Amino acid sequence: MTMIRNALGETPLARRRALWGLALVAPNILGLFFFFGVPVLAAFATSLTEWNVLKPAEFVGLANFVRLANDARFWQALGNTVRLLLMVVPTGVALSLGVALLLNQRVPFRTLLRTVYFLPVVTSTVAASVVWTWIFQPRYGLLGNALAIFGLRDVNWLTRPDLVLIPIAVVTIWQRLGFDMVLFLAGLQTIPRELYEAATIDGANRWQRFRFVTLPMLSPTTFLVSVLAIINAFQIFDQVYIMTARTSRGGVGGSASTLAYYLYDSAFGRFEYGYASAVALVLFLIILAVTVVQLRLQRRWVYYESEHG
Amino acid sequence: MVEQQGRAHDAGMTWARSIPYISGRVISFLILVAGAVIMVLPFVWMVSTACKPASELQRLPVRFVPETPSCLENLNTLYATSGGFNRYLLNSGLVTVGRTIGQLVTCSLAAYGFARFRFPGRNVLFALSLGLLMVPFQAIVVQEYLLLRQIGWLNTFAALIVPGMFSAFALFLLRQAFLQVPIELEEAAIIDGANPLQVLWKVTLPLSGPALAAFAVITVQAAWNDFLFPLVAANTPETRVVTIGIALLQGERSTPYNLIMMGSFLATLPMLALFVLLQRYFIEGVAMSGLKR
Repeated sequence: MTMIRNALGETPLARRRALWGLALVAPNILGLFFFFGVPVLAAFATSLTEWNVLKPAEFVGLANFVRLANDARFWQALGNTVRLLLMVVPTGVALSLGVALLLNQRVPFRTLLRTVYFLPVVTSTVAASVVWTWIFQPRYGLLGNALAIFGLRDVNWLTRPDLVLIPIAVVTIWQRLGFDMVLFLAGLQTIPRELYEAATIDGANRWQRFRFVTLPMLSPTTFLVSVLAIINAFQIFDQVYIMTARTSRGGVGGSASTLAYYLYDSAFGRFEYGYASAVALVLFLIILAVTVVQLRLQRRWVYYESEHG
Repeated sequence: MVEQQGRAHDAGMTWARSIPYISGRVISFLILVAGAVIMVLPFVWMVSTACKPASELQRLPVRFVPETPSCLENLNTLYATSGGFNRYLLNSGLVTVGRTIGQLVTCSLAAYGFARFRFPGRNVLFALSLGLLMVPFQAIVVQEYLLLRQIGWLNTFAALIVPGMFSAFALFLLRQAFLQVPIELEEAAIIDGANPLQVLWKVTLPLSGPALAAFAVITVQAAWNDFLFPLVAANTPETRVVTIGIALLQGERSTPYNLIMMGSFLATLPMLALFVLLQRYFIEGVAMSGLKR
């Protein structure tokens, strides 16, 4: 008893404050532990079991991971995810940076324009995906129609395995652009005016000011935006689920299946909880690895003012 | 005379120099407007389709303004065919309000505890909570489902609301905000005999207004637009939320697009309205969520 009392604090007041502190954090900490901490721990355990509708969990060691390594559908999903990432991240980062740079000037209707670019961010991915599915409708969709002018008729975007990732990438970019733009705008605000003035005095032109002032000063933001965009790309699910719902969910022959979709399908389409948990663990480890690798790279190329100040 | 000439010369120079500047801005503006049109077009197309009669869906060339506007008819047909679209919207509302109020309570208490009190295990607990931020929800969706099944919560409102009442992100965000509150003000209240809950309620929370608003806006939006979690946790006519309702419409090949677009419009409208009203906090919320990692 005295040990507990001493652990809480030296004086009665300190002990009382400690008890208050514990009581205040308890609801959220217990809730987080029960609803998120336990599942995280269970995820590791489940990935080592074979567990489906037919039989209860049975320990199988690393068998699920061996199966994963030889599972063509898994590699296809991983490949699709990486392809989507390569389509979405560079384009998204470049476009949002471009819009932020243009909006960072004294243009008319600046606030209104910013609002418009941000609108898709507040809509649900589900609604966005539904609307874009209809836009990509081969004959009566808005885009299908526009393309007909160029002689491209009846392109079946969502059933053709070679094209299906394009509509998914387009929705993702459209919905994310405003979010990244706001981060870039915030980053641009932090660049001191004097740097531009000094560069101008040194005879730097517009392009040189952008290349040697804006870009390096903005690199922490570019880094942040890229990491968030990559992590976001690894989690693409809603778009796939919705946009391929009418044709063949997950794309014809799995051509639109992403890691997250394959994980969902394993657990809730084929009811293989153990196997799905192994996919989940891979997804988690990839995201973790991306974060760690980026954190290391950051030291090399990101310019932080404090390091030089 | 000389002076005047000089001034005229200056003005001429400034004007000449500002030509590329102004034309640069004009070009920027035009590019921005063109981009904005592309950003808005899907919304226009959604509303336009939502108001077209089925007979006009498959007509070429595409028209934005329907020949026979039938917004109300489509609304009625949507309610008639999908059974409970109103119910889905209401459910989404309940879930959103429940989660937001829940997080507001649990996370502000915890954030205050972490910000102002010393207790054994404080740093470990806080670090573990932050660690949860690294775990994407998809990585634990299977276990979340199994847990809810185990405790008999599948297809209940408890499943939709209770797990969403706790958040590591909100804890982190609110703690940052509370640390900005001048501690002298809290001490003054303590000397006046206020207990920690009273201090939190009367001093700390009112002084953290903008952060609370930004937090609320992020939470509301995330809860309203949530899809994967309700998809696995609650998918019965009584407990379906609106995103699931839209997914169902989309999955039925026979549902015409005007009804689906009407459904999407109804699901999007509350968030658009909220955004227009509380724009500042949305933008701040994004800037804050950017700090999260």
